[in-house]
Amino acid sequence: MKEIKHHLSEALLMAYSAGTLPEAFNLLVATHISMCDECRVRLEAFDTVGGALLDDAADNTSNVDFNATLRLIEGGPKDPIRFEHAKGVLPSVLQEYVGGDVDSVKWRSVGMGVRQAILKTSKEASVRLLHIPAGCAVPDHGHRGTELTLVLQGAFRDEEDRFDRGDVEIATEDLEHTPVAEPGEDCICLAATDAPLRFRSLIPRIAQPFLRI
Amino acid sequence: MLTGTRLTEKPHAAIISGAAGATKAACGHYTTSQEVSRNMSTDTHWVDVVTRVRSQDRDAFAELFQHFAPRVKGFLIKSGADVNMAEECAQDVMATLWHKAHMFDPSRASVSTWIFTIARNRRIDMLRKQRRPEPDELTWGPEPEPDAADVMELQQESMRLAKAMSQLPEKQRELIQKAYFGDLSHSEIAEETGLPLGTIKSRIRLALERLRHAMK
Repeated sequence: MKEIKHHLSEALLMAYSAGTLPEAFNLLVATHISMCDECRVRLEAFDTVGGALLDDAADNTSNVDFNATLRLIEGGPKDPIRFEHAKGVLPSVLQEYVGGDVDSVKWRSVGMGVRQAILKTSKEASVRLLHIPAGCAVPDHGHRGTELTLVLQGAFRDEEDRFDRGDVEIATEDLEHTPVAEPGEDCICLAATDAPLRFRSLIPRIAQPFLRI
Repeated sequence: MLTGTRLTEKPHAAIISGAAGATKAACGHYTTSQEVSRNMSTDTHWVDVVTRVRSQDRDAFAELFQHFAPRVKGFLIKSGADVNMAEECAQDVMATLWHKAHMFDPSRASVSTWIFTIARNRRIDMLRKQRRPEPDELTWGPEPEPDAADVMELQQESMRLAKAMSQLPEKQRELIQKAYFGDLSHSEIAEETGLPLGTIKSRIRLALERLRHAMK
Protein backbone atom coordinates (compact mmCIF):
# COMPACT_ATOMS: atom_id res chain seq x y z
CA MET A 1 0.00 0.00 0.00
CA LYS A 2 1.06 3.58 -0.64
CA GLU A 3 2.13 5.55 2.38
CA ILE A 4 -0.70 7.29 4.21
CA LYS A 5 -0.09 11.04 4.44
CA HIS A 6 -3.19 12.40 6.17
CA HIS A 7 -3.73 10.97 9.64
CA LEU A 8 -6.18 11.33 12.51
CA SER A 9 -5.66 14.29 14.84
CA GLU A 10 -4.45 13.86 18.42
CA ALA A 11 -7.83 15.13 19.64
CA LEU A 12 -9.73 12.47 17.69
CA LEU A 13 -7.42 9.69 18.82
CA MET A 14 -7.67 10.79 22.44
CA ALA A 15 -11.47 10.99 22.27
CA TYR A 16 -11.64 7.57 20.57
CA SER A 17 -9.41 6.14 23.29
CA ALA A 18 -11.51 7.79 25.99
CA GLY A 19 -14.65 6.40 24.36
CA THR A 20 -16.40 9.75 24.09
CA LEU A 21 -16.92 9.99 20.32
CA PRO A 22 -20.28 9.31 18.69
CA GLU A 23 -20.57 5.86 17.11
CA ALA A 24 -20.33 7.27 13.55
CA PHE A 25 -16.92 8.80 14.33
CA ASN A 26 -15.80 5.68 16.19
CA LEU A 27 -16.48 3.67 13.04
CA LEU A 28 -14.42 6.00 10.85
CA VAL A 29 -11.54 6.07 13.36
CA ALA A 30 -11.54 2.26 13.72
CA THR A 31 -11.60 1.87 9.93
CA HIS A 32 -8.64 4.22 9.46
CA ILE A 33 -6.64 2.49 12.20
CA SER A 34 -7.30 -0.85 10.51
CA MET A 35 -5.46 0.61 7.49
CA CYS A 36 -2.81 2.70 9.29
CA ASP A 37 -0.09 1.33 11.60
CA GLU A 38 1.06 4.84 12.48
CA CYS A 39 -2.30 5.74 14.04
CA ARG A 40 -2.63 2.30 15.64
CA VAL A 41 0.58 2.98 17.50
CA ARG A 42 -0.53 6.50 18.47
CA LEU A 43 -3.85 5.11 19.73
CA GLU A 44 -2.19 2.48 21.89
CA ALA A 45 -0.13 5.26 23.52
CA PHE A 46 -3.38 7.09 24.34
CA ASP A 47 -4.83 3.87 25.78
CA THR A 48 -1.78 3.83 28.06
CA VAL A 49 -2.86 7.25 29.35
CA GLY A 50 -6.28 5.73 30.10
CA GLY A 51 -4.57 2.90 31.97
CA ALA A 52 -2.66 5.39 34.11
CA LEU A 53 -5.89 7.23 34.96
CA LEU A 54 -7.53 3.92 35.88
CA ASP A 55 -4.70 3.22 38.34
CA ASP A 56 -5.61 6.42 40.21
CA ALA A 57 -9.38 6.02 40.09
CA ALA A 58 -10.11 4.00 43.26
CA ASP A 59 -11.76 5.55 46.30
CA ASN A 60 -13.13 4.06 49.51
CA THR A 61 -16.70 3.81 48.19
CA SER A 62 -15.82 1.69 45.21
CA ASN A 63 -15.71 -1.88 46.55
CA VAL A 64 -17.19 -4.45 44.18
CA ASP A 65 -19.10 -7.64 45.08
CA PHE A 66 -16.65 -10.50 44.54
CA ASN A 67 -19.12 -13.37 44.90
CA ALA A 68 -21.56 -11.80 42.47
CA THR A 69 -18.69 -11.58 39.98
CA LEU A 70 -17.89 -15.28 40.49
CA ARG A 71 -21.50 -16.12 39.71
CA LEU A 72 -21.22 -14.08 36.51
CA ILE A 73 -18.11 -16.03 35.54
CA GLU A 74 -19.94 -19.31 36.14
CA GLY A 75 -22.46 -18.18 33.52
CA GLY A 76 -19.74 -18.28 30.86
CA PRO A 77 -18.48 -15.55 28.52
CA LYS A 78 -21.14 -13.11 27.32
CA ASP A 79 -19.14 -11.40 24.60
CA PRO A 80 -20.19 -12.26 21.08
CA ILE A 81 -17.34 -13.91 19.25
CA ARG A 82 -15.75 -11.38 16.96
CA PHE A 83 -16.05 -12.28 13.35
CA GLU A 84 -13.24 -11.22 11.03
CA HIS A 85 -14.40 -10.68 7.45
CA ALA A 86 -12.12 -11.65 4.58
CA LYS A 87 -9.85 -8.84 3.43
CA GLY A 88 -11.52 -6.71 0.77
CA VAL A 89 -11.71 -3.07 -0.22
CA LEU A 90 -13.35 -2.42 3.15
CA PRO A 91 -11.66 -3.36 6.43
CA SER A 92 -13.49 -5.97 8.49
CA VAL A 93 -14.82 -3.46 11.04
CA LEU A 94 -16.59 -1.56 8.25
CA GLN A 95 -17.84 -4.74 6.54
CA GLU A 96 -19.57 -5.49 9.84
CA TYR A 97 -21.74 -2.37 9.32
CA VAL A 98 -22.25 -2.92 5.59
CA GLY A 99 -22.94 -6.63 5.83
CA GLY A 100 -20.09 -7.49 3.48
CA ASP A 101 -17.56 -5.86 1.16
CA VAL A 102 -18.19 -3.15 -1.48
CA ASP A 103 -20.45 -5.40 -3.60
CA SER A 104 -22.91 -5.63 -0.66
CA VAL A 105 -23.39 -1.86 -0.32
CA LYS A 106 -26.95 -0.68 -0.98
CA TRP A 107 -26.20 2.48 -2.97
CA ARG A 108 -28.69 5.27 -3.63
CA SER A 109 -28.15 8.00 -6.17
CA VAL A 110 -27.75 11.54 -4.86
CA GLY A 111 -27.47 13.10 -8.33
CA MET A 112 -24.58 14.09 -10.60
CA GLY A 113 -23.40 10.48 -10.71
CA VAL A 114 -22.62 10.41 -6.99
CA ARG A 115 -24.09 7.57 -4.91
CA GLN A 116 -24.25 7.11 -1.16
CA ALA A 117 -25.21 4.59 1.49
CA ILE A 118 -26.00 5.73 5.01
CA LEU A 119 -24.83 3.28 7.67
CA LYS A 120 -26.90 2.75 10.78
CA THR A 121 -25.33 4.23 13.92
CA SER A 122 -26.48 6.18 16.97
CA LYS A 123 -28.08 9.52 16.20
CA GLU A 124 -25.60 12.13 17.52
CA ALA A 125 -23.67 11.90 14.26
CA SER A 126 -24.01 10.16 10.92
CA VAL A 127 -21.74 8.18 8.64
CA ARG A 128 -22.14 7.17 5.02
CA LEU A 129 -20.27 5.63 2.16
CA LEU A 130 -19.84 7.79 -0.94
CA HIS A 131 -19.21 6.52 -4.44
CA ILE A 132 -17.85 9.22 -6.74
CA PRO A 133 -17.23 8.23 -10.38
CA ALA A 134 -13.69 8.91 -11.61
CA GLY A 135 -13.37 12.57 -12.62
CA CYS A 136 -16.62 13.67 -10.97
CA ALA A 137 -17.15 16.20 -8.18
CA VAL A 138 -19.17 16.11 -4.98
CA PRO A 139 -21.36 19.26 -4.82
CA ASP A 140 -19.65 22.23 -3.25
CA HIS A 141 -20.48 22.25 0.45
CA GLY A 142 -19.58 23.82 3.75
CA HIS A 143 -19.96 22.35 7.23
CA ARG A 144 -21.67 23.27 10.42
CA GLY A 145 -19.77 20.74 12.50
CA THR A 146 -16.81 18.46 11.84
CA GLU A 147 -16.71 16.26 8.77
CA LEU A 148 -14.21 13.43 8.44
CA THR A 149 -13.64 11.81 5.05
CA LEU A 150 -11.62 8.61 4.71
CA VAL A 151 -10.61 7.32 1.26
CA LEU A 152 -11.20 3.56 0.80
CA GLN A 153 -10.62 3.30 -2.94
CA GLY A 154 -9.24 5.68 -5.59
CA ALA A 155 -8.32 9.24 -4.65
CA PHE A 156 -9.79 12.75 -4.59
CA ARG A 157 -8.53 16.28 -4.67
CA ASP A 158 -9.97 19.45 -3.24
CA GLU A 159 -8.80 23.00 -2.55
CA GLU A 160 -6.69 21.67 0.33
CA ASP A 161 -4.74 18.71 -0.99
CA ARG A 162 -4.82 15.27 -2.61
CA PHE A 163 -6.25 12.34 -0.61
CA ASP A 164 -5.33 8.76 -1.44
CA ARG A 165 -6.45 5.38 -0.06
CA GLY A 166 -6.19 5.45 3.73
CA ASP A 167 -5.96 9.25 3.97
CA VAL A 168 -8.37 11.18 6.21
CA GLU A 169 -9.49 14.74 5.57
CA ILE A 170 -10.64 16.58 8.68
CA ALA A 171 -12.91 19.45 7.66
CA THR A 172 -14.17 21.97 10.19
CA GLU A 173 -16.67 24.82 9.97
CA ASP A 174 -14.36 27.11 8.00
CA LEU A 175 -13.73 24.77 5.09
CA GLU A 176 -15.82 25.16 1.94
CA HIS A 177 -14.56 22.54 -0.46
CA THR A 178 -15.35 20.68 -3.64
CA PRO A 179 -13.84 17.19 -3.61
CA VAL A 180 -13.18 15.85 -7.12
CA ALA A 181 -12.44 12.17 -7.74
CA GLU A 182 -9.24 11.67 -9.72
CA PRO A 183 -9.51 10.19 -13.20
CA GLY A 184 -8.77 6.49 -13.59
CA GLU A 185 -10.59 4.81 -10.70
CA ASP A 186 -13.95 5.54 -9.03
CA CYS A 187 -13.45 6.94 -5.56
CA ILE A 188 -15.13 5.34 -2.53
CA CYS A 189 -15.05 7.25 0.74
CA LEU A 190 -16.40 6.91 4.24
CA ALA A 191 -17.67 10.26 5.54
CA ALA A 192 -18.76 11.01 9.09
CA THR A 193 -20.29 14.26 10.28
CA ASP A 194 -21.76 15.56 13.51
CA ALA A 195 -23.98 18.14 11.78
CA PRO A 196 -25.93 18.22 8.53
CA LEU A 197 -23.91 19.33 5.50
CA ARG A 198 -24.70 22.76 4.09
CA PHE A 199 -24.77 22.97 0.32
CA ARG A 200 -24.13 26.31 -1.37
CA SER A 201 -26.28 25.95 -4.46
CA LEU A 202 -30.04 25.88 -4.17
CA ILE A 203 -30.97 22.51 -5.65
CA PRO A 204 -28.95 20.29 -3.32
CA ARG A 205 -30.12 22.43 -0.41
CA ILE A 206 -33.74 21.62 -1.23
CA ALA A 207 -32.86 17.97 -1.69
CA GLN A 208 -30.94 17.82 1.58
CA PRO A 209 -33.78 16.79 3.92
CA PHE A 210 -34.67 13.93 1.58
CA LEU A 211 -31.11 12.70 1.27
CA ARG A 212 -30.61 12.66 5.04
CA ILE A 213 -27.14 14.14 4.65
CA MET B 1 -15.25 -24.26 39.56
CA LEU B 2 -14.71 -20.93 41.17
CA THR B 3 -17.35 -20.83 43.87
CA GLY B 4 -15.04 -21.88 46.65
CA THR B 5 -12.59 -19.06 46.13
CA ARG B 6 -12.49 -16.34 48.77
CA LEU B 7 -10.80 -12.99 48.66
CA THR B 8 -7.39 -13.19 50.23
CA GLU B 9 -6.15 -10.47 52.53
CA LYS B 10 -2.76 -10.21 50.92
CA PRO B 11 -1.48 -10.89 47.43
CA HIS B 12 0.03 -14.31 47.02
CA ALA B 13 2.65 -13.65 44.41
CA ALA B 14 5.41 -12.28 46.54
CA ILE B 15 8.03 -12.84 43.91
CA ILE B 16 7.92 -11.97 40.26
CA SER B 17 8.25 -14.98 38.05
CA GLY B 18 7.21 -16.41 34.71
CA ALA B 19 6.97 -14.16 31.66
CA ALA B 20 8.46 -11.25 33.54
CA GLY B 21 11.27 -13.28 35.01
CA ALA B 22 13.89 -10.75 33.98
CA THR B 23 12.79 -8.36 36.72
CA LYS B 24 12.91 -10.88 39.53
CA ALA B 25 16.10 -9.59 41.07
CA ALA B 26 15.00 -5.97 40.94
CA CYS B 27 11.65 -6.49 42.63
CA GLY B 28 12.08 -8.73 45.62
CA HIS B 29 9.23 -9.35 48.05
CA TYR B 30 5.99 -7.48 48.51
CA THR B 31 3.77 -7.39 51.53
CA THR B 32 0.70 -5.34 50.70
CA SER B 33 -0.92 -4.39 47.43
CA GLN B 34 -0.53 -0.75 48.46
CA GLU B 35 3.21 -1.20 48.53
CA VAL B 36 3.09 -3.02 45.23
CA SER B 37 1.33 -0.15 43.50
CA ARG B 38 4.08 2.23 44.55
CA ASN B 39 6.90 0.19 43.06
CA MET B 40 8.29 1.12 39.66
CA SER B 41 8.39 -2.44 38.35
CA THR B 42 4.96 -3.48 39.57
CA ASP B 43 3.37 -3.76 36.20
CA THR B 44 5.46 -6.83 35.47
CA HIS B 45 3.98 -8.20 38.69
CA TRP B 46 0.50 -7.77 37.23
CA VAL B 47 1.63 -9.36 33.96
CA ASP B 48 2.54 -12.39 36.02
CA VAL B 49 -0.82 -12.36 37.79
CA VAL B 50 -2.71 -12.23 34.47
CA THR B 51 -0.54 -15.05 33.13
CA ARG B 52 -1.69 -17.14 36.12
CA VAL B 53 -5.33 -16.14 35.61
CA ARG B 54 -4.93 -17.41 32.06
CA SER B 55 -4.26 -20.88 33.46
CA GLN B 56 -7.42 -20.60 35.64
CA ASP B 57 -5.55 -19.74 38.86
CA ARG B 58 -8.29 -18.60 41.28
CA ASP B 59 -5.97 -17.01 43.82
CA ALA B 60 -4.42 -14.92 41.07
CA PHE B 61 -7.89 -13.81 39.98
CA ALA B 62 -8.77 -12.87 43.56
CA GLU B 63 -5.65 -10.72 43.72
CA LEU B 64 -6.40 -9.07 40.37
CA PHE B 65 -9.95 -8.42 41.57
CA GLN B 66 -8.95 -6.93 44.88
CA HIS B 67 -6.65 -4.45 43.19
CA PHE B 68 -8.49 -3.55 40.00
CA ALA B 69 -12.24 -3.96 40.67
CA PRO B 70 -12.42 -0.82 42.88
CA ARG B 71 -10.41 1.10 40.31
CA VAL B 72 -12.73 0.10 37.49
CA LYS B 73 -15.78 1.05 39.56
CA GLY B 74 -14.21 4.35 40.63
CA PHE B 75 -13.34 5.13 37.01
CA LEU B 76 -16.92 4.47 35.91
CA ILE B 77 -18.33 6.68 38.65
CA LYS B 78 -15.96 9.47 37.66
CA SER B 79 -17.20 8.99 34.09
CA GLY B 80 -20.75 9.75 35.18
CA ALA B 81 -22.20 6.29 35.92
CA ASP B 82 -24.44 5.99 38.99
CA VAL B 83 -23.31 3.63 41.74
CA ASN B 84 -25.55 0.69 40.73
CA MET B 85 -24.61 0.89 37.09
CA ALA B 86 -20.92 1.19 37.98
CA GLU B 87 -21.18 -1.88 40.24
CA GLU B 88 -22.89 -3.95 37.55
CA CYS B 89 -20.47 -2.81 34.89
CA ALA B 90 -17.40 -3.40 37.10
CA GLN B 91 -18.53 -6.99 37.83
CA ASP B 92 -18.98 -7.51 34.15
CA VAL B 93 -15.50 -6.14 33.36
CA MET B 94 -13.89 -8.36 36.00
CA ALA B 95 -15.69 -11.44 34.66
CA THR B 96 -14.53 -10.51 31.16
CA LEU B 97 -10.92 -10.39 32.41
CA TRP B 98 -11.23 -13.99 33.56
CA HIS B 99 -12.56 -15.09 30.16
CA LYS B 100 -10.20 -12.98 28.08
CA ALA B 101 -6.94 -13.40 30.00
CA HIS B 102 -5.51 -15.46 27.12
CA MET B 103 -5.84 -12.45 24.82
CA PHE B 104 -3.64 -10.13 26.88
CA ASP B 105 -0.40 -9.21 25.07
CA PRO B 106 2.15 -7.77 27.54
CA SER B 107 4.45 -6.57 24.75
CA ARG B 108 1.76 -4.13 23.62
CA ALA B 109 -0.02 -3.00 26.78
CA SER B 110 0.29 -2.89 30.54
CA VAL B 111 -2.35 -4.69 32.59
CA SER B 112 -3.89 -1.34 33.59
CA THR B 113 -4.11 -0.32 29.95
CA TRP B 114 -5.68 -3.63 28.97
CA ILE B 115 -8.27 -3.36 31.75
CA PHE B 116 -8.94 0.27 30.84
CA THR B 117 -9.81 -0.69 27.24
CA ILE B 118 -12.17 -3.46 28.39
CA ALA B 119 -13.86 -1.15 30.92
CA ARG B 120 -14.22 1.60 28.32
CA ASN B 121 -15.88 -0.74 25.83
CA ARG B 122 -18.24 -2.14 28.46
CA ARG B 123 -19.17 1.39 29.50
CA ILE B 124 -20.11 2.25 25.91
CA ASP B 125 -22.13 -0.98 25.64
CA MET B 126 -24.01 -0.57 28.89
CA LEU B 127 -24.32 3.17 29.45
CA ARG B 128 -24.65 4.44 25.92
CA LYS B 129 -26.22 1.29 24.45
CA GLN B 130 -23.93 1.49 21.46
CA ARG B 131 -21.63 -0.82 19.65
CA ARG B 132 -17.98 0.07 19.83
CA PRO B 133 -16.33 -0.41 16.44
CA GLU B 134 -12.78 -1.70 17.08
CA PRO B 135 -9.89 -1.74 14.59
CA ASP B 136 -9.24 -5.05 12.82
CA GLU B 137 -6.97 -7.33 14.85
CA LEU B 138 -3.40 -7.86 13.73
CA THR B 139 -3.03 -11.18 15.49
CA TRP B 140 -4.09 -13.75 13.02
CA GLY B 141 -2.12 -16.94 12.57
CA PRO B 142 -0.14 -18.55 15.38
CA GLU B 143 0.40 -16.31 18.39
CA PRO B 144 4.07 -15.38 18.65
CA GLU B 145 5.47 -15.57 22.19
CA PRO B 146 6.36 -12.01 23.27
CA ASP B 147 10.02 -11.42 24.02
CA ALA B 148 10.64 -11.02 27.79
CA ALA B 149 12.87 -7.95 27.36
CA ASP B 150 10.23 -6.26 25.15
CA VAL B 151 7.58 -6.99 27.74
CA MET B 152 9.65 -5.48 30.52
CA GLU B 153 10.50 -2.36 28.56
CA LEU B 154 6.91 -1.72 27.49
CA GLN B 155 5.74 -2.18 31.08
CA GLN B 156 8.39 0.21 32.35
CA GLU B 157 7.56 2.82 29.72
CA SER B 158 3.94 2.65 30.86
CA MET B 159 5.01 3.26 34.45
CA ARG B 160 7.17 6.16 33.37
CA LEU B 161 4.30 7.72 31.46
CA ALA B 162 2.10 7.42 34.56
CA LYS B 163 4.82 9.12 36.62
CA ALA B 164 5.24 11.88 34.05
CA MET B 165 1.47 12.43 34.09
CA SER B 166 1.50 12.85 37.85
CA GLN B 167 4.13 15.57 37.44
CA LEU B 168 2.20 17.60 34.88
CA PRO B 169 0.91 21.00 35.99
CA GLU B 170 -2.43 20.65 37.80
CA LYS B 171 -4.39 22.45 35.09
CA GLN B 172 -3.12 20.22 32.30
CA ARG B 173 -3.71 17.06 34.32
CA GLU B 174 -7.29 18.17 34.91
CA LEU B 175 -7.85 18.63 31.19
CA ILE B 176 -6.63 15.12 30.45
CA GLN B 177 -8.88 13.70 33.18
CA LYS B 178 -11.82 15.65 31.80
CA ALA B 179 -11.18 14.24 28.33
CA TYR B 180 -11.15 10.65 29.64
CA PHE B 181 -14.08 11.05 32.02
CA GLY B 182 -16.23 12.39 29.19
CA ASP B 183 -16.40 16.05 30.19
CA LEU B 184 -14.77 17.30 26.98
CA SER B 185 -15.86 16.74 23.40
CA HIS B 186 -13.23 15.94 20.79
CA SER B 187 -13.38 19.50 19.45
CA GLU B 188 -12.66 20.81 22.96
CA ILE B 189 -9.54 18.67 23.37
CA ALA B 190 -6.43 20.72 22.72
CA GLU B 191 -4.37 19.62 19.75
CA GLU B 192 -1.20 19.67 21.87
CA THR B 193 -1.76 17.48 24.90
CA GLY B 194 1.77 17.91 26.25
CA LEU B 195 1.83 14.20 27.10
CA PRO B 196 5.20 12.48 26.67
CA LEU B 197 3.84 9.73 24.42
CA GLY B 198 6.89 9.31 22.18
CA THR B 199 8.65 6.52 24.05
CA ILE B 200 5.48 4.50 24.46
CA LYS B 201 4.83 4.79 20.75
CA SER B 202 8.28 3.50 19.87
CA ARG B 203 7.90 0.41 22.11
CA ILE B 204 4.52 -0.44 20.62
CA ARG B 205 5.84 0.17 17.11
CA LEU B 206 8.64 -2.30 17.78
CA ALA B 207 6.16 -4.88 19.09
CA LEU B 208 4.00 -4.48 15.97
CA GLU B 209 7.01 -4.84 13.67
CA ARG B 210 8.01 -8.06 15.44
CA LEU B 211 4.43 -9.29 15.15
CA ARG B 212 4.31 -8.54 11.43
CA HIS B 213 7.67 -10.24 10.97
CA ALA B 214 6.53 -13.32 12.90
CA MET B 215 3.50 -13.64 10.66
CA LYS B 216 5.47 -13.71 7.42
